[in-house]
Formats: sequence, structure tokens, C-alpha cells
Amino acid sequence: MDTTFTFAMADLGVLAPEILLLTMASLILVIDVYLPERMREFTFQLSQSTLIGAALLVFATYPTQSEVVMSGMYVNDAMGAVLKLFISLIVFMSFIYARSYLRARDLYKGEFFVLGLFATLGMFVMVSAHNLLMVYLGLELLSLSLYAMVAMHRDSANATEAAMKYFVLGALASGMLLYGMSILYGLTNSLDLSEILTAMQADSEQKMVMVFALVFIVIGLAFKLGAVPFHMWIPDVYQGAPTPVTLFISSAPKLAAFAIVMRLLVDGMAPLQDSWSGMLIILSVLSMIIGNVVAIAQTNLKRMLAYSTISHVGFLLLGVLTGTQSGYAASMFYTIVYTLMSMGGFAVILLLSRAGFEAEELDDLKGLYDRNSWYAAIMAILMLSMAGVPPMLGFWAKWAVLNQIVSAGLLWLAIVAVVFSVVGAFYYLRVLKLMYFDKPEDNTPIEAPLDMRLALSANGLAILALGLLPTPLMTLCFSVMGLS
Amino acid sequence: MTKIIFYLFALILVFAASRVITVRNPVHAALFLVLAFFSSAAVWLLLHAEFLAIALVLVYVGAVMVLFLFVVMMLDINIARTREGFTRYLPVGSFVGVLILVEMVLVVGAWKTDESATLSTVTAPNTESLGNLLYTVYLYPFEIAAAILLVAMVAAIALTMRTKRQTKAQRPEQQVRVRREDRVRLVNMPAEPRD
Repeated sequence: MDTTFTFAMADLGVLAPEILLLTMASLILVIDVYLPERMREFTFQLSQSTLIGAALLVFATYPTQSEVVMSGMYVNDAMGAVLKLFISLIVFMSFIYARSYLRARDLYKGEFFVLGLFATLGMFVMVSAHNLLMVYLGLELLSLSLYAMVAMHRDSANATEAAMKYFVLGALASGMLLYGMSILYGLTNSLDLSEILTAMQADSEQKMVMVFALVFIVIGLAFKLGAVPFHMWIPDVYQGAPTPVTLFISSAPKLAAFAIVMRLLVDGMAPLQDSWSGMLIILSVLSMIIGNVVAIAQTNLKRMLAYSTISHVGFLLLGVLTGTQSGYAASMFYTIVYTLMSMGGFAVILLLSRAGFEAEELDDLKGLYDRNSWYAAIMAILMLSMAGVPPMLGFWAKWAVLNQIVSAGLLWLAIVAVVFSVVGAFYYLRVLKLMYFDKPEDNTPIEAPLDMRLALSANGLAILALGLLPTPLMTLCFSVMGLS
Repeated sequence: MTKIIFYLFALILVFAASRVITVRNPVHAALFLVLAFFSSAAVWLLLHAEFLAIALVLVYVGAVMVLFLFVVMMLDINIARTREGFTRYLPVGSFVGVLILVEMVLVVGAWKTDESATLSTVTAPNTESLGNLLYTVYLYPFEIAAAILLVAMVAAIALTMRTKRQTKAQRPEQQVRVRREDRVRLVNMPAEPRD
């Protein structure tokens, strides 16, 4: 830690996206209090323009090389910038999706957007954290906002129960993470990630104790990512939370979680790579097995997608555990693709729901093709992509990760991954069968505002189009990891 | 002189702390805890840790203990019942107590005092140096911590405040316009025979 501090305006310039988010979130909080009920749209528009502004500022401060500012608290690198752009995009989309659902249930309040913006700020902080303190603070800012968002539907017993579970298990995970961090601090005498790295490289005698700290950190991260055996909260929270909040939780925070995995394990603890690789292999294999097998037994669509998330988390850990730059790039690609697909999947549930009706059972998808062939096609694209069927984007994500695993010499792991993707394909294809070959039980016309229909169509088509042309996104992920 | 002051406050501290667990009245116990906090703040002041001392008085005495007193006064705690299990829990309790004592002796016994870090090296008042660090090197985490507190506040209000529908209020303009027909209803009933 450099204790001599020089205040540079240039430092603040790099922080511009975070400053904008914090200022606007506080401002919207105040403005929203004075707005009458019918002007709620204005809060939404302000929040959306904040997200656009933040994305533009991230783009404007796009770093040519990695730089550490604010006395080593903040790192601005290409990986962080790209992740932040995708986080802004996904939060932007999830706000659009959330609107009509919230309005139909008397949940359309300013707090949803304010808490969403604070959660986004938390994710930004996590993504560019270069200090254990910042990793933890960012994580808490994100988690606290999410707990409140899950509990926002106060009259629903399910939502309250989900929020309680999420809160308790989240606190447990934070405790684990903090415990690991404090041991790490005791050993290396620093919170700064690059100083921890140097201390680890210099001192190989304390490896045993460092692995002890590492175990707690990996457990904390696994909790936050939702990897088996630390996945218990995911199905309950996904099912109990209001669907727009589920959409929010399942998408953008995974990008931030990937970022802190990278920051802690790679930026901070790279010398222990052989230890954490082994831990991640266990997490990843268990996640793929439990996630895919248990998802088959689900009748609730939200719960099924929750188990599908768990299996995807297993897949995205595969790339990280190789410990190579190209492996990290493949994982990053997988995470981005996963968030796009998961967002679309929950958006279809939102589309089919209406006032007083939650379309969260698998049977609610029956005969979607007869009711509306376009949305059935979008859902089919999303499901095929999640199953990893070419030429959808999900196939390329799986391909990229498996490619890295094989070249790292872990052929058996690749075989396990493929076998359980095939098992997983069953429940994705069952959704297709329900939509195309079953008769609809409910013929209520599907109504949604124009912006939601456009967003959902764009989301589905993007999965298809990027699947046909996967090179740009993949090249982007590889280039931010310093590979051409 | 410093020594006399130290021993004075240390004695008060030990006395107050032992009274906290020996007095029967919970309100008195809470007040003795306040006294214990005050005396430890004074001891800290002697160690030139004025920021810690002020924070202790402001936060613990000013906020936490007042809140605690509220709770103690509002809850009707039956002391007799809480004492019931004393002998039953004594073995476990004393085991844990002895264990903690042994651990503390071991930790404090193994403590090596760093000669270079004695009081004489402290030059700047620690409030100043703390402020200097907090608003320069730790500016970014400080601001984010502030944001976390704001989120906690927003969440607490959003989750507990009930608007319009739930709040009950009087409307005097409607109350004065009340008519007889609104309140009194005359009902015709057949006379019932007395048994």
C-alpha cells in the first residue's frame, strides 16, 4: 500500500463511470420521492439514461493498458471495461423487461430502479477491484441491493422466504470470504492484490497456511456463483423472487462474480494455481452433475432455469481452472453468453405472465407455437442455445471452454462435461416439445409493450446471429486477456 | 500524575464491569455498563487514542446503550426465570469460561511488545492521521461504504413503510359533517315474551 497519496484529477477521470452511477442513483432516489405516481416513467427513463451514460463513460475511459489508480484500490483494464459494458447492457435490458410485470403487480416503484442502479455500482466496483477491501465492499453493495429487491414483493410469502434464505446464506458466504481474506492479510500483511501476489511468490514456506486461506475464499466465491455444494440457495431464491428480480440476479451478477474470481484467484493468488485448480474441478464436476440431473425433475420453469444456471456455472469454472490466459478468455466468453441466454429465458416467463397470473410452470408453455409462433421461435432459440446445439451462440461457448480443457490435458473432464450437457439437453428439448407439439391450455392473447417485444426479439436474434458469426465476440474476449 | 489517573479510572472500570454482572436490576446493569465505557474511554485518552475514546463515547454510550436501555425498559424480563438454569448450565459455562481464560493467557503471554512502537513515536494526533488516511488513500472504499449504508437505509424503508392504504388518519372536515342517520339506526323488533 502506498501511503503517500497524491491526488490526481486523472484518477478521478478513470473512475467516471462509478461516479456517474453513484451520483445519479442518489439523485434518482431523491427525485423519485417527489414524483407523483403517474410520472413513474420518468424514474425509469432517468435510470436507463444513467446506464447508457455509464456505458459511454466506460467506453471513453477504455484503457490501452492496465492501470492501477486510487492508491491501488482500482484497476482499469480491458477485461474490466468489457465486463462493465456488458453489465450495463444487461441491466438496461432487464429494466425494460421488468417494467410491465412490475406495473401489473403494484411493484412499479422507484426503489426497484434505485436498488438496481446501486447493484450495478456494486458490480462495477467488484469488476475493477484491486484490493480485498474493494472486492468485499463491492460484493456487499451488490448483495444488499439484491436482498432488498428479492423482498420487495412484501405481501408474497414466497418472496419473503426467498429473501430470508438469500440473506442468511449470503451472510454466511460473506463470512467465509472475509475469514479467508483475514488469514490472507495476516500472512501477507497487505490487502492489495498485487502485493499479495508478490508476497506469495517470495514466500513458498507458508504454502500450507495460504492454501488454508484459499479454501475459505473459494468457498465464499462458490457460494456467490452458486456452484455445488454451495448452491442450495439458488433454486429457492430464483423461484421465490419476483421474476424480474430473478432475471436480474441470474444475469449481470454472474459477470461480476466471474470478475472477482479472476481478481482473487488469478490477480492475487496465481502462485497457488495448482491448489485452486483442484478445488474448482470438484466444484465444476459436481455442479454439472447436480445441475443437469436435478433440472430434469423440475416442473417449475423458474426452478428448472435455476438448476440450469448451476450447471452453467460448472461449465464456466472449467475455463478458469485451466490456469491459462486462453482458458480465462473462454470462461469470460461463456459467462457473457450465459448471461445473454439466461436473461432471454426469464424474459419469456415475464412475457407470458400477466396481472394475477405467473407463467412459471412448464405446462404454461404448452402450445406456445399455436398462441404465438414468433415468441415460440425465440424461446426455441434460447433453449437450443442453452443446450449447446450448433449454430446457436451457446454451442460456441461450450466449444471454446471444452477446447481449452482438452488442450490443458484434462480430457476426462471434457468428457464428463459433454456427457452431462447431453443429459441437460433433455430438459431443454422438453420445453421445445411442450411449445410445438402440445395443445395450448390457455388461449389468452400475449400482450406486451413494444419496447419489451423489441428487446426480446433482439435478444433472441442476437443469440442466433452471434452464433452464426461468433468470431467478433470471441476475439474480443481473447484480446482483453492479452491474446490476439 | 498520569499513573494516578490511570489507576483511578482502571479501578472504576473494574468495579463497574463487575457490577454489570452482579446487580439484579437490568437497568442498573446497563447504567454500570455506560460507566464502564466511560472509564475505558478515559483510559484510552491517556494512551493518546483520542479518536477511539470519542468514538466509544459517541457510538456506544450515545447510541448503542441508549437503545439498549430502551429495550430493557420496554421488555418485561422475568429475572427469576432466567436464573432457573444456573446450576444446570454451570458445568458447560465454567468449561467454556476456563477455556477462554486459558486461551487469553496463552495469547497475551506469547505477546511480544514491539519496543519501536512506544508512545513516544506518536507525533500527530490520531484523529488527524486517521482523517488523512480516510479521505486520501481510503477515499474510494470510504465512499462505497457510504453507498452501502445508503442502500441499507433505502432497503429498510422500502421494506417496512406502508403508504396510504395502511395508515389511519382522522379527517376533521368529514367528522364535523356527520349526521344522526350515519350513526344511529332504529330497528323495529317484535316484543319477545318474558319467560
